[in-house]
Amino acid sequence: MTGTEASPYPSILAGMAVGAFTRAYLLRADFRIYPTYPHGWVTHLSLGVVAALLGAVIVPAIAAREFAAAAFVALAAQQFREVRAAERDSLAALEQMERVARGADYVEGIARVFEARNYLSMLTAAVASGATHVLGWQVGLAAGIFSLLVAAGFRQGRQVGGIADVRAAKLHFEETLLFVDDIQMMAVGLQESRRYLLRHGRGVILEPRDLDARATLATSGQRQAIAHDAAAAVGLRKDYGTPEFTPLVRVDLDTGRVGLVIVPIHNSISALVEGVRRVPLLESARRRPLGSAGAQ
Amino acid sequence: MRESGSILAVVTLRPESVGGATPSFFARDEAERERLATYLSRILDAMVHDLENGTYILVRH
Repeated sequence: MTGTEASPYPSILAGMAVGAFTRAYLLRADFRIYPTYPHGWVTHLSLGVVAALLGAVIVPAIAAREFAAAAFVALAAQQFREVRAAERDSLAALEQMERVARGADYVEGIARVFEARNYLSMLTAAVASGATHVLGWQVGLAAGIFSLLVAAGFRQGRQVGGIADVRAAKLHFEETLLFVDDIQMMAVGLQESRRYLLRHGRGVILEPRDLDARATLATSGQRQAIAHDAAAAVGLRKDYGTPEFTPLVRVDLDTGRVGLVIVPIHNSISALVEGVRRVPLLESARRRPLGSAGAQ
Repeated sequence: MRESGSILAVVTLRPESVGGATPSFFARDEAERERLATYLSRILDAMVHDLENGTYILVRH
């Protein structure tokens, strides 16, 4: 054991590098523009470096019998709970200005991810620095790479496209009722709006692959997230005073199929379908009736 | 998703078919009903629904 006499700095540095890289790798912006660039990134990268430092010092501190320091690190880790609250507050405040709200489930999901990713970088840092400290740099390097790969698995969660088939669908009216295929969406009273919807509106159908998927897609939180991300993917032709152009997500009660109608700015049905496929499955919206005791 | 709504106004061709405290607007013909409903919809940010008995209601969802 190289143990207590070895200098702790190489292992701390190794741990910090792995932890910070983990956080950086997990930071990714796409068409949803979240986290915001550049200042949202700066915030989260800085927090990630702090988390990596905390993770990196824990094993060397224990090895040096600095238990007070180790306890202090554990205490400092608590601070990252604030990250979730801060993200939630900031998103909830913006929610009122969103034309298509994310919904509480989505906001909570994003906040949870930001908190959890700091713990992930803390963990990878701890693994890398611990292995380096106790077993030498070769093992440390291997452990660092291994923990990075494990953490990378968290980068992309499950998506709607994984539980449902998403395809384009036709809009039509019966009297004043708008349908996407055979799913009833809403009643539109104004003739002008009906014409506009037929001309510019686009419809998508989601077919859940099993009962779990059906129950998940039926939750309000998941449906709101789909509407929000669809609007983020293709833009929204809607101004104040035109509630009939609000994107709607409705469930066919008999089949569990879900219909989406939206009036996009970017008139690309493939972008819309792909956007819907990539909507994250929200942790808090996930349902598993097939996993219940009597379901077999 | 809260799915309840409240009726903000009524536009009708048949005054005898509506009543109560909701502001009601009587239109002479379908074109006027359509126009009134459009104005009110934009002003109130409310959805227009056709009850198919000559009456439109404006609902905030």
